[in-house]
Amino acid sequence: MRALERKLLRNLWALKAQALAIALVVAGGVATFVMSLAAVDSLRATQAAFYREQRFAEVFATLKRAPESLAARLRELPGVATLETRVRAPVNLQVPGYDQPVTGLALSIPDGEQPALDRLFLRAGSLPQRDRADQVLVSEAFAEAHRLVPGDRLRMILGGREQAIVIVGVALSPEYVYQIRPGDLFPDFRRYAVLWMNRTALAAGFGMDGAFNDVVASLAPGQPAAPVVDALDELLAPWGGLGAHDREVQMSHRYLEQELTQLEAMARFVPLVFLGVAAFLLNVVAARLIRTQREQIAVLKAFGYGDLAVAGHYLMMVLAIVLPAALAGVAAGAWLADGLGGIYQEFFRFPWLRLRLDPSTIVTAIAVAAGASVIGALFAVRAAFRLPPAEAMRPAPPARYRRALVERLGIGRWLGQPSRIVLRNLERQPLKSALSVLGIALAVALLVLSGLQEGAVGYMIDVQFRLAQRQDATVVFNEPASQRAVHELAALPGVRRVEGFRAAPAILRNGHREYRTSLQGYQPGGELFRLLDRRLAPIPLDEGGVMLTDYLGRLLGVGAGDRIQVEILDGRRPRFDLPVAGLVSEFVGVGAYLPQASLERLLREGPSVSGAFLAVAPEALAGLPRRLEQMPRVAGVTLRENTVAAFDELMGETLLVYSLFVIVLAGSIAFAVVYNTARISLAERSRELSSLRVLGFTRAEVAYVLVAELALLAVLAIPLGFALGAGFGWLLTQALQNDLFRVPLVFAPSAFATAAAVVIGATALSSLLVARNLYRLDMVAALKAAE
Amino acid sequence: MRGLTRVFRMGEVEIHALRGVDLDLYAGEFVVLLGASGSGKSTLLNILGGLDRVTSGEVRYRGEDLGSADEAALTRYRRRHVGFVFQFYNLIASLTARENVAIVTEIADDPMDPAEALALVGLAERLDHFPAQLSGGEQQRVAIARAIAKNPAILLCDEPTGALDSATGVRVLEVLDDINRRLGTTTVIITHNAVIAGMADRVMRLSDGRIVETQANPRRAAPRELHW
Repeated sequence: MRALERKLLRNLWALKAQALAIALVVAGGVATFVMSLAAVDSLRATQAAFYREQRFAEVFATLKRAPESLAARLRELPGVATLETRVRAPVNLQVPGYDQPVTGLALSIPDGEQPALDRLFLRAGSLPQRDRADQVLVSEAFAEAHRLVPGDRLRMILGGREQAIVIVGVALSPEYVYQIRPGDLFPDFRRYAVLWMNRTALAAGFGMDGAFNDVVASLAPGQPAAPVVDALDELLAPWGGLGAHDREVQMSHRYLEQELTQLEAMARFVPLVFLGVAAFLLNVVAARLIRTQREQIAVLKAFGYGDLAVAGHYLMMVLAIVLPAALAGVAAGAWLADGLGGIYQEFFRFPWLRLRLDPSTIVTAIAVAAGASVIGALFAVRAAFRLPPAEAMRPAPPARYRRALVERLGIGRWLGQPSRIVLRNLERQPLKSALSVLGIALAVALLVLSGLQEGAVGYMIDVQFRLAQRQDATVVFNEPASQRAVHELAALPGVRRVEGFRAAPAILRNGHREYRTSLQGYQPGGELFRLLDRRLAPIPLDEGGVMLTDYLGRLLGVGAGDRIQVEILDGRRPRFDLPVAGLVSEFVGVGAYLPQASLERLLREGPSVSGAFLAVAPEALAGLPRRLEQMPRVAGVTLRENTVAAFDELMGETLLVYSLFVIVLAGSIAFAVVYNTARISLAERSRELSSLRVLGFTRAEVAYVLVAELALLAVLAIPLGFALGAGFGWLLTQALQNDLFRVPLVFAPSAFATAAAVVIGATALSSLLVARNLYRLDMVAALKAAE
Repeated sequence: MRGLTRVFRMGEVEIHALRGVDLDLYAGEFVVLLGASGSGKSTLLNILGGLDRVTSGEVRYRGEDLGSADEAALTRYRRRHVGFVFQFYNLIASLTARENVAIVTEIADDPMDPAEALALVGLAERLDHFPAQLSGGEQQRVAIARAIAKNPAILLCDEPTGALDSATGVRVLEVLDDINRRLGTTTVIITHNAVIAGMADRVMRLSDGRIVETQANPRRAAPRELHW
């Protein structure tokens, strides 16, 4: 071993504590990076494989009812590879031992067989027997939520008739990877189920003998979806077609894409914070190390070592810390990715997870870590090279200082000398101070950002379910019904108020822009459903036109006063123009609203209702779903309290774990930055601090000089972190604007308190540890050494 | 101090820095402790200054036992009674001359005004300069101003001219001499520079941890007369 290499090892050994701290942060950064990206890659790979293997359809259409004879014509459409007709029916379920209403969606499969498209992955049990009308498969999420296994019996209300069913299997479908009830904010596995049963049985129960109301198709290789969608629309229009669409609009697929996109955004952001902090730490430590070795550098150069050899020596030293740490990080990241992927696999309902670790992820992680550290070291080495050897061998002259900015502003006269030392030190190394502040601020930002989900979803719930939709229950009918249905509902015990509404599926157009939704007609002056403006004040419905969700207005490129073209997909399928009366603010979904009477006039129909909002006395709420389910025309019931309860459950379980994870992560970042800053300050100023001790300062007074600096960094970092967190939050909400939901920029107030508390805690801990080192300051040595 | 010993343990080696030193210092006295490096003179100064404890023996300051004093008592002793001047000045780089003095007067019981202390060492014009803007001699004079500003009973100087050229060193010694005469501060200088001995009331020579020679000067030479 050459002497220079031996020196390398000895230096590393002397630095072991700090080297370890840096290695941990580097490993943490690389691990989070690898974990996040590998988890996303794995989920993407799993998604692709699951879609392919289960033959996920590419075009989807629903309609009122068409004779099966139409299927042959649909199959002949150019571009279609495989096409399958199905029956889909809304159902209500009663699960033994569970008194809450459960709604579900029943889908047909060919009697006793796997469908050609959207094949089911059987987790347990088997397909229904060919001739059995009571055998069903249930979705795995629902089965798990109720601990249902094959052989369990349920009661199902289908088409107004209650019947007994038996579970024969538990299944997963590419169509319901993200299993959410339309219009809901998040999955509710307890109260929403997907079932599959024999076509013959389902059709019989739902009045669809010899008919279908749902179509799925796959495309011939290389065929675009649009012509097939258009052709299907045209063929299905006479049969009450509700509009065909491709995968992009398929509910599960869309939500899955949204979640994965969000995950990807986070996967890039969090590790960047980590690696940034690691680079900063390496930079300051390398700089400090090289400063203390300026004499040695001079000696090496005096002996005739070239700049390159000396620079290489120090780079080797940095890389000797970083590379092993990065490799350990890759291993840890891969291991964690498996775990994280497992959690997501559960959430998204994939049958398995294909773990994928893209080599480019590993290369990127190591390159970023090594690159950051090499740049950090190079800056420090360069400073040492500028000095001629002879000068470098003399002790460094006293550093130049000047009055701090706050002093020049005139506040200085109230400051004691120790405070001045603190301020001037911070200002003398503005870059280092700024980076420390930034490092801590990033930790704060991370914590604040974690409060966005809770705050935003809480706010969405609040606005949506307390200000806008104030009904206790929403009832949807199978078909538009007469006003009598409203009176029947009003007669139910405990029902205080009923407001019927009419909805008609429609395509809204402005030039080439179009959007499929429904026109919703409400009672003007209704109390249970209100439209809100940007400031959340109720806006009355306008007789003169349609009110659009602001996001829908943007999608269509229209504002108040413009006109849109409407094609109703129901009944007589009329087409007409409508003026836009105004825009309303909504966070979930998009809609087009007008007075019910105006809608009926446009539909050229008499008064009818598609459903109703109910205000119910609290004590009557529990028994209500049972009664409603027994009314033949009721297709579904949702209770507001269940939605809110599902939200609270979600927040309680997942967020707690997530928050703890972020707190630990951000806390360790804050601690690493503060502690390293403190250690370096201590090392650089040990002589100065010892001098103060000799001059009669107590330990506490000397500790103040260090601790006040740390406290000041933290105090500066906290508001900056709040601002950064809010900024990142804003970026995130901008990225999450779509027609399914718009995330408002609302943080849980506790997030700010937690963030500040974590950083203050990390600062206090670092201060304590460093103060302990202060106790060991060697006063005598300080008097002797000349730096 | 009586029968002072101090043993350092350096790994497996024991170093006897002081091997039984008896010493009395009287108020207002100017004492020079001479010795080569390794003679134990710095150890002695550290014990006098309350920076280090004895292995055995007795150190009393105005009746108080420093040998058995705890850390807090030693800090109090340094804070109230001792002024230090170091070979490498040990100024706080981030504070101006005035502030370097103020940092001590702010924690002292009955200090002078920092400007007054700096005037005493001839730096009335350079109050607001930072150490980086001062020459070595000026920095050492700031250090002296800092040491005397609290009106200490005893001024301890460790090689105060060690890092300075001869002319500047003489200027620093003049300041120390002047302070001693004007304020009556007991002053102890440790040095290996025998020339400085000429300006003392008493000179003690240390060798191998013992005082081997004590000599009283009939007349204190003026620093101006010293050359090296």
